[in-house]
Amino acid sequence: MNAVEIVRFAVRGLAANKMRSALTTLGILIGVAAVILLVAVGEGSSQSIQRNIQQLGANTLTVSSSTGGGGGGGGGFRMAQPQEDTGPRTQAKPLTVDDARALADKAAAPHVASVSPVVSANSQAASYEGASHSIQQVVGTYPSYFEASNKPVAKGAYFFNDDVLAARKVIVIGQTVAENLFGALDPVGKQITVTGVPFTVVGVLKEAGSTGGFQDADDLAIAPLPSVQQSLTGFGPLNQILVKAGSADDVAAAQAEITSVLDQRHGVGGTVAADYQILNQATLQETVSAATSTFTVLLAAVAAISLLVGGIGITNIMLVTVTERTREIGIRKAIGAPRGAILGQFLVEATLLSLIGGLLGVAIAVAGAQFTIAGITPVVVPSSVVLALGVSVAIGLFFGSYPANRAAKLRPIEALRFE
Amino acid sequence: MSLVLDVRDATKVYGAGETAVHALRGVSLQVEPGDYVAIMGASGSGKSTLMNIIGCLDVPSAGEFHLDGVDVGALDDRRQAVVRNRKIGFVFQSFNLIPRMSAVMNVELPLAYGGVRPAERRRRALAALDLVGLADRVNHQPNELSGGQQQRVAIARALVNSPTLLLADEPTGALDSTSTLDVLGIFDRLSAAGRTIVVITHEADVAEHAKRVVRLRDGRIIEDTRLAPVDGLPPRLKEVTA
Repeated sequence: MNAVEIVRFAVRGLAANKMRSALTTLGILIGVAAVILLVAVGEGSSQSIQRNIQQLGANTLTVSSSTGGGGGGGGGFRMAQPQEDTGPRTQAKPLTVDDARALADKAAAPHVASVSPVVSANSQAASYEGASHSIQQVVGTYPSYFEASNKPVAKGAYFFNDDVLAARKVIVIGQTVAENLFGALDPVGKQITVTGVPFTVVGVLKEAGSTGGFQDADDLAIAPLPSVQQSLTGFGPLNQILVKAGSADDVAAAQAEITSVLDQRHGVGGTVAADYQILNQATLQETVSAATSTFTVLLAAVAAISLLVGGIGITNIMLVTVTERTREIGIRKAIGAPRGAILGQFLVEATLLSLIGGLLGVAIAVAGAQFTIAGITPVVVPSSVVLALGVSVAIGLFFGSYPANRAAKLRPIEALRFE
Repeated sequence: MSLVLDVRDATKVYGAGETAVHALRGVSLQVEPGDYVAIMGASGSGKSTLMNIIGCLDVPSAGEFHLDGVDVGALDDRRQAVVRNRKIGFVFQSFNLIPRMSAVMNVELPLAYGGVRPAERRRRALAALDLVGLADRVNHQPNELSGGQQQRVAIARALVNSPTLLLADEPTGALDSTSTLDVLGIFDRLSAAGRTIVVITHEADVAEHAKRVVRLRDGRIIEDTRLAPVDGLPPRLKEVTA
């Protein structure tokens, strides 16, 4: 009695009850596919978030006001930083263009490469010849913003320092805005109105892609700082200051310089808590990846439960099979089947069920990962495939061993008497 | 000459205490090679228990049982399986073929468990089916065969390993008279060819074919009659071959 023989008996046993075998396989199939697919979705969302953080610009630090003056918006993600000191604050100063100028001072902050003050206005109605679109975010800033925030132009050009000084009504729009207002037309050179104020489109930003379904990174427009202040936001405080460090190694030094300059200007120190916060891409990235990995683990845990349920399904069906075939087991034993052969047959039957289910599950998961799920492109993690397959086989062996043992331990005389 | 079967003072008790059932109360039975023994008795006489012990499906509560010189009770599970495979060919009242397997595959099964190579297995299985006159039914499944044919497949399966002992439990109990004659004819011819056969039955007709008839009652042997010599031919061979 060799292994091939045992496998042949097992296949014959499974084929005898095709419907039942198929349904049991389905249980494992769903479990394995769920594990792989959900881990892939988690990984996909994690990668897309990482990519979006990188899109915000490398080596950049975002300074924003921690008082109410900052308003909503911001370049993307905001992270609440714990207030370490809750001491009395006599007067919280908003961020101003003067703060930005001070940060650009090479003597005080040698590691800072560029400084871009930012004001933003949310949900601004824009129109072009009857077409209208509500721009999610209109940003008023300096030309250095494009480089610091990693927003290259696909068509046309940026605006220049001259435009800022002259407060010209020029604007660079994102892909979503261009599509909604112009469709197939070339927007460059056309005039749009933003809340009634005419702006000339000078460029269209390169498509950034979705930020994982939370926010459309292409639904924005960028114009010179004074133009936006004049027409949309008023000359209030800045929403944020985007600072670009000279290189990745300079980020920490730049952060220290920004802190010292702003502490001095805002009178922070002693019992006075800082009225601004500095967002560092590196720390943001760490926090977000920690959050997404928790998310992935959670998804995988849910999927693992369905795999477990599939395994219990195997035990159940194998117990039924063993009971149903008690007489057959008795006959086999009476004509000299050793215990190992019976154990092997039922164990192989259970393992085949789970292995076939596992392989089909992998196939379906890989096929399903080709589609976008909830705005996320799943990324199949090879280790999850190996793990899910391994676990499904282990489940077959583990959950099949109880019924198989029961079959093998049956005494032939009792098994033969069984009706 | 070594005995095929040597049961010494075997007892079998089911249950314990006041509800204990004494199925066998000290049975001794010796069977020589080539003998054809019919064990007779009414229901409850202990003949099924005796057959289970002889067939290595059960062990006696007390007493000894040697099959072909081997003390079966002392063997472990694995070796008992080997003994059942090599030394005993079982024929059951209800045929006990495995459903959804063709006749030839049913016959091959003991060889498969015995580790015989597939080609050799097929050859021997076909030869055994030919011996019981079913050469034209090899690929039929049990549910496509009549009762008599099923029992002949079962006999082929029992013979395919050339066992020391062919053990039949009411082999004709579920058959009509024609099929009964077929089966008894096969047994008689096998006996004439020198096979050792033990048949458990409660039908006198069947027992008359044997060379020796042993009667059981209440777990004891009450009669042991020899109808023909051990090395002779079975008494009714002429009738069934006529």
